[in-house]
Amino acid sequence: MSQVPADLKYTRSHEWVRRLADGRLEIGITDHAQHALGDLVFVDVPEAGRALEAGAACAVVESVKAASDVYAPLTGTVVESNADLATSPEAINEDCYGKGWMIRIESADAAGFDGLLDAAAYAAVLAAEGG
Amino acid sequence: MGRKTPLHDLHVAQGARMVDFGGWDMPVHYGSQLEEHHAVRRSAGIFDVSHMCVIDIRGAGVRAFLARLLANDVGKLRLAGKALYSCMLNERGGVIDDLIVYFMNESWFRLVVNAGTRDKDLDWIRARAADWGVTLDIIERSDLAMVAVQGPRAREVVAGLLDPVDRERALRLEPFFGTECGAWFVARTGYTGEDGFEVVVPAAEVESLWRALNAAGAASCGLGARDTLRLEAGMNLYGNDMDDDHHPLESGLAWTVAFEPLERDFIGRAALEAVRKSGSPLKLVGLLLQDRGVLRGHQKVVVPGIGEGEVTSGTFSPTLQRSIAFARVPKATSDSVQVDIRGKLLQARVVKLPFVRHGRALIEL
Repeated sequence: MSQVPADLKYTRSHEWVRRLADGRLEIGITDHAQHALGDLVFVDVPEAGRALEAGAACAVVESVKAASDVYAPLTGTVVESNADLATSPEAINEDCYGKGWMIRIESADAAGFDGLLDAAAYAAVLAAEGG
Repeated sequence: MGRKTPLHDLHVAQGARMVDFGGWDMPVHYGSQLEEHHAVRRSAGIFDVSHMCVIDIRGAGVRAFLARLLANDVGKLRLAGKALYSCMLNERGGVIDDLIVYFMNESWFRLVVNAGTRDKDLDWIRARAADWGVTLDIIERSDLAMVAVQGPRAREVVAGLLDPVDRERALRLEPFFGTECGAWFVARTGYTGEDGFEVVVPAAEVESLWRALNAAGAASCGLGARDTLRLEAGMNLYGNDMDDDHHPLESGLAWTVAFEPLERDFIGRAALEAVRKSGSPLKLVGLLLQDRGVLRGHQKVVVPGIGEGEVTSGTFSPTLQRSIAFARVPKATSDSVQVDIRGKLLQARVVKLPFVRHGRALIEL
């Protein structure tokens, strides 16, 4: 069974969103996603200042086998990206909700945030996918 | 649902992630493709290759038949058990399949062909036998299963399962030779760049063989690791690096085409002679990515001032910790190219294949 922490928000395309104490949002890919991709060997994350559009591809994760897009859960602006992933992409396999975070953004997209899935709804998506 | 090998349920029980490969449900990995790759480079790993097709061809005229059918020359096969890697070509010189042919005896040769091309190959072989009026038994051995045991410890692991007489015979095999061991056929061949055996057994025995190999310390490995290992080893994959529309001379396989003796008239010879006379405008080369990223099949290769090419197979090399690829590029390409990865042109170096052999890098990073 995939881990689905209760305190996070999710997308149907398997990204997670965490609201930090300062109001910024931290984004990564879920346990289900990292497991499905397998051993990650390359991660390309957007740099600080990059404008994101909800639903548009914003990052790439590559496993040994294939490349996959990561989609922006919300419209906003990147304020920080996880530089450690350049040399340690396996951090996403090992700890996707912690040291495997990908980007931190600022977003005024309140409606978008409210539209994200909660843990129960995301778990139901996974169950429907058979995972 | 695809076709299943006799090991299918055991793969699932061992936690394999199953994918479609050439119409077969096959394990891509059992948890970590990288660990499986390293197990083969450092110790021993096992692969279910039962989806590949064993074809026995029996009859008095089999050697002469194969001399016309195959681009490599079965005339090289004089010692019992000797194996030969060859392409089977169409009249245009395109590759119908690549295969291994074993010389069992003068009236029995054994072919091992790819899974995805099994039906196409059998149709082609039977049609040529009919065209040429040759009477042969062409037998698809669906009653057999095959396990590749690869890595520095692979031969000792297999030898431990054989009785003393067969064990000695198996351990005496030179590379690219096989021998019958009772109902088994053990050959010192593989697709990883490591030493090892490929073991053909009756389908009913393969599950116990797999468990015994696991118990002897060989790790279950999936097609994912098989792909990264063969790429590091500089070995082509049918359908990626050559196919019906690409001939051996532009696929890094010129060494497998026997133009001598001149009088041997194999299918595709005339087309390849014409290419050879004018010089193939394309060649297959190895690439090592200098920048960060991962080379993948079908990415565009840009050769400044010369032209363009295409990556045929690419991956992340677990041994080198860099991305590697094969690419089909203009003949004049020298030592450096650019590859278009998602709109960015990244630098790659042209290198001599293979990248890795027997656990060691053969190129400078």
